[in-house]
Amino acid sequence: MAEPVLKIEGISKSFGALKASDDVSLDLVPGEIHALIGPNGAGKTTLIAQIAGSLQPDRGRVHLEGRDVTALDTVARARAGLGRTFQISSLAMEDSVLQNAVLGALGARQKPLGLFARVMKDRDLTEVAMQALREVGLEEYAKFRVADLSHGQRRQLEVAVALTLQPHVFLMDEPMAGLGAEGSAQLVPLLQRLKSRAPILLVEHDMDAVFQLADRISVLVYGRIIATGTPDEIRANAEVREAYLGEEDAA
Amino acid sequence: MISREGLINTALVFGLLLVPLWAHFSDEPYIVTLSTRVAILALAGVGLNLALGLGGLVSLGHAMFFGIGGYAAGILASHAQSYTPLFEWPVVIEGTQFMPVIWLVAIVASALVALLTGALSLRTSGVYFIMITLAFGQMFYYFTISWPAYGGEDGLSIYVRDRFPGLNTLVPIQFFGLCFAALMLALVVVARIARSGFGLALNAARQNEARVRAVGIEPYRLRLAAFVISGAITGLAGALYADLNRFVSPAMFSWQTSGEIMVFVILGGVARLFGPVAGAALFIILEEVLGGMSDYWHIWLGLLLLIVVLFARGGLIGLIAGQARRDSAGEGGGHG
Repeated sequence: MAEPVLKIEGISKSFGALKASDDVSLDLVPGEIHALIGPNGAGKTTLIAQIAGSLQPDRGRVHLEGRDVTALDTVARARAGLGRTFQISSLAMEDSVLQNAVLGALGARQKPLGLFARVMKDRDLTEVAMQALREVGLEEYAKFRVADLSHGQRRQLEVAVALTLQPHVFLMDEPMAGLGAEGSAQLVPLLQRLKSRAPILLVEHDMDAVFQLADRISVLVYGRIIATGTPDEIRANAEVREAYLGEEDAA
Repeated sequence: MISREGLINTALVFGLLLVPLWAHFSDEPYIVTLSTRVAILALAGVGLNLALGLGGLVSLGHAMFFGIGGYAAGILASHAQSYTPLFEWPVVIEGTQFMPVIWLVAIVASALVALLTGALSLRTSGVYFIMITLAFGQMFYYFTISWPAYGGEDGLSIYVRDRFPGLNTLVPIQFFGLCFAALMLALVVVARIARSGFGLALNAARQNEARVRAVGIEPYRLRLAAFVISGAITGLAGALYADLNRFVSPAMFSWQTSGEIMVFVILGGVARLFGPVAGAALFIILEEVLGGMSDYWHIWLGLLLLIVVLFARGGLIGLIAGQARRDSAGEGGGHG
């Protein structure tokens, strides 16, 4: 297997007696979608926060392209090439769709932001931004205010902003949340295309999408990874069926 | 096509220019002085608006910068008047009544204090930020009261208004011209900043901090820079205000001053470029009209402020321009 782009080693995080992450290790190799699934309360959000840098683990290390980024904060990890999307759309709601995308391109440029030049007239930035909007199918909405978009369009914009970062790793926290079957079906081919540009660590509740997209799946239960493998292996895994998929079947 | 807000802004500029010109030719120096006050207080508000409107930083300490600018003018002038140097060691620094130097000192001193106080206070947010900026302002207030070297409680007088090359600043309309020019310059600077990359990121950080972090930009540094520029503009206003009154006192540092600057911004319209201009003008008109009728005119001001906050969030400009949208960083938005 190729050298992993993202490698998480033995991460543990406790809140009092609760072990939110219990010795979690996983990695992400070039060209793959690695899905992280688990029932509610399994510790997915906590794990994502530790990978993104908004939460420091008690133990363990996070490596990005061979570099130890455990001590870096969110900003530094974004600059190191981590492009994340949020579970709850996290956008500048009063700004236009294009402005949100330009903000991403501006951050990714890693140069002084500019104090006097008109940012929306900067062709380099607006081209990157428009390209990203085209890819997610939002180019016609470029001038709309984000607050006026539908929920699904905001989810698409989340992905578009991550695209403008031209990241080395995508960290996607439930990009299909609240999208419904039709919305998910639109996003699936996009993610399929994206993984060749940068591997995707995908946290997702939509099992259809996960089994369609993922090259590998890790199952998180009570803060521990109980299994990692191909979709077929995960389907066949007795422990997983009992802990997770079984529940779904029963429900 | 010019938007409605653009028309209002143009009207404000011409109004602020034509009223004192008319007053000058009608021999009404008091109205020229009132207009000068509007220009200076609007300038102070333009400074605050950058932090408050674009950055979302509710600073209740901007009197600090207003006062620093005022005392920069007062202290330099008092030394020039008494022919005593400020320092003799390690180099001799003389006082001055030369406005460009005074303004430079006011701007640099305010910016430095904004950098120091901002570096600390911006580590907090929300109500704690309001309280810590208030506390910094009050520290300066009590310090100047108890500092006998420069008049303490009694303040400092500037016996002859400071000079500006080529102008006779003692003529009210000429001094007004200076203040008006400073205001216009500040408006241009803030307008450019609002549409810059820095402005886009600052405005986005106000709306969603996590988003800005996720694209690799640190909100703290944006806010600190905004706070410094904001403080410097308000500091310049303070220096002009000292020359307008030819007097500075600790009252410039009081939290009521911070409150009044914020009232200008809110009355006129938070985050509207010309909000502070409209707000300061309305404030002075109310003070003149209502103040002439009753000593308790602040009650009516309070009522008006209440109405604006409850029913017209965009302030006076938002009310007339008729859209509740903030004048944010770009030309792309707003098909609401």
